[in-house]
Amino acid sequence: MLLSSEELLRQLTEAIGPSGQEDEVRNLLRSQVSGWTERCYTDVLGNLFCEQGSDKPGPRVMLDAHMDEVALMVVHAEDNGLLKFRAIGGIDPRVLVAKPVYVGAQRLPGVIGAKPVHLQTASERRKPLNIEQLYIDIGARSKEDALSHVQLGDAAVFATRFGILGDGCVKAKSLDNRAGCAVLCEILRIPAETPRIGVFTVQEEVGLRGAAVAAYRVAPDLAITLETTVCADVTDVPGHGQGTVLGGGPALTVQDGQTLANQQFLAFAVRTAERFQIPYQFRRVKGGTNNFAAIQRSRAGVIGGSVSIPVRYLHAPVQVMALQDYHNTVRLVQAMLHELAEGGWPL
Amino acid sequence: MRHRSTFMELLALPGGPGFEEAVAERIHRAFLAYTHQVETDHMGNVLAYVPGSATPVPTDLGEHLAPTVRPRVLLAAHMDEIALMVTRIESGGFLRLAQTGGFDARTLLSQEVWVHGRQTLLGVIGAQPPHLSTSEERQQTPSLDDLYVDLALPEARVRELVRPGDRVTLARTPYELLNGRISGKALDNRASVAILLECLEHLRSLRHTADVWAVATVQEEVGMRGASVVGYRLQPHIALAVDVTFAEFPGQAPDESFPLGSGPAIAFGPNVHPKVFAGLRAAATRHRVPFHIEFTQGPTGTDARVLQLTASGLATGLVGIPIRYMHCSVETAVYDDIVECGRLLAHYLADLTMADVEGLTCY
Repeated sequence: MLLSSEELLRQLTEAIGPSGQEDEVRNLLRSQVSGWTERCYTDVLGNLFCEQGSDKPGPRVMLDAHMDEVALMVVHAEDNGLLKFRAIGGIDPRVLVAKPVYVGAQRLPGVIGAKPVHLQTASERRKPLNIEQLYIDIGARSKEDALSHVQLGDAAVFATRFGILGDGCVKAKSLDNRAGCAVLCEILRIPAETPRIGVFTVQEEVGLRGAAVAAYRVAPDLAITLETTVCADVTDVPGHGQGTVLGGGPALTVQDGQTLANQQFLAFAVRTAERFQIPYQFRRVKGGTNNFAAIQRSRAGVIGGSVSIPVRYLHAPVQVMALQDYHNTVRLVQAMLHELAEGGWPL
Repeated sequence: MRHRSTFMELLALPGGPGFEEAVAERIHRAFLAYTHQVETDHMGNVLAYVPGSATPVPTDLGEHLAPTVRPRVLLAAHMDEIALMVTRIESGGFLRLAQTGGFDARTLLSQEVWVHGRQTLLGVIGAQPPHLSTSEERQQTPSLDDLYVDLALPEARVRELVRPGDRVTLARTPYELLNGRISGKALDNRASVAILLECLEHLRSLRHTADVWAVATVQEEVGMRGASVVGYRLQPHIALAVDVTFAEFPGQAPDESFPLGSGPAIAFGPNVHPKVFAGLRAAATRHRVPFHIEFTQGPTGTDARVLQLTASGLATGLVGIPIRYMHCSVETAVYDDIVECGRLLAHYLADLTMADVEGLTCY
């Protein structure tokens, strides 16, 4: 069944997909795009490729969005049945306390708790709880009990439900980067005017790994990474530290931790946004990066860049996105593809 | 197990100190299954009166005791949960908070909350992404003053809907873990409200002479304020506070934490009348209720603290079940413990005689 934008975001963000275990997300995406592609296949790492418009003239465009999310991995069961875990990808341990999680593909509910405030000394309360002091509690009575329900190596993801928040915003886990996946999904449903390859990539959160091999395989003329990015337009954060503003439109990267924007791509994106009257903003933080850093250095180098949706509280259990930014990102990417087909940027 | 679903409903309801109405209404309805004499007092405490089943026995105790020939027992369980309050609306429409009840601010990052303004609004307590924080910053804990609620609304709209003083409660659907364990917010102390209900349920099948007042109290989390007026009004022979205690967890002392699923803890110490303690322990032993003894060394952080000093003094007892992760949104308990604690209280009440009451002032 073809899902609406909102339902697509709901199902994608509630799906489980830690780095290396993206199966649920991949299966959902395949069911949503396979009817629109000429060829839909996976590689040895688990990247999902969707080819379209191979008979069309024009540049071969690779559009990618990573499927994986930051998560936890169960690595040990204590005698008392509590589970020790480690992070898969970048998680600030401070957001973990008092959060429910789902463990394993069977979604076994668990919670991450800590010693009650009553029993903490004043100096303990001033220190963040690190991962070594935290456990996932699935309610098991003993090690044996725990291991009869979970396997070591099982991943745990936040149990956050997707929901509408405030004025046209949504809250969910893993909007980074299921929102990008949803954008790519919607783009792939629009008839291709040039040859294009949509790639849902694996293992971005552990080092842009899926994108590196995907770009080598595709060897595109142009690549656009569809992502989410830092949005810290909140109280106490000065303007220069905000990164992006919620509702301000898709964000274009000038410079991040690993890339300097291709100036032609940036100019093309800006020109297109202005021509189609789509709001856009520049991403105003230097740190962080995304798949385009890996794609840019594939083979002899790839031209392109990234288009990102502002998301508040990236990598936290509850992330916030404006639906208007999401829709404007779809519009901008669609417009850029159309302009390319029309010869708007003769590469 | 009759009240498991009632308990799950109670966990989902918002009810911080001073605005327990939604919780009180649900408890009022639940009490009506056991008595028609349910009322709410000026502060919002919900009192259910279940008279002793036996006819008063002629007594030679004296004229002044004639109207109270049956033991009068108060079971007090607070129904409020720790909550927050809006103190200021910052530019951008972000809300600053003060607490009503003791939070560990570290448990609030990335927590969803309900803001009870002109409308009930869902909000998120923001957390800086790791991309922006330095490793030094990640070694610091936020204080409540650093935190804010994000309603994802324009500032003007926030100012229309929210005012300083509006209440904020944790948003958390309860989760069922393995082995009958339940996790959510407000188990402290709705677990004890469920104990009261299970006790009344069990008491139906027992003959008891004691007049029982089962009371859901208000404002415990800000200083046991509800219980103090209930104690004064009823002046029971025995006042039992029912409140949660700590379940065992790595890094906690063995004398102040108890295994989940191994029955209630009966408190011993200066805040508890020694004969009430002995009576509770005897009832548990006689009726094979598994239990632990919780050793306390001073006034406890429960309604028993104020009940003991009510009027000319009340004979107090304290029982409760252990929960993990107290005062956050994933407090965890076992429903079997709730049932067993209810059974303990029912047997204690059924076994109680006026002779026991007589003995309370004999040292």
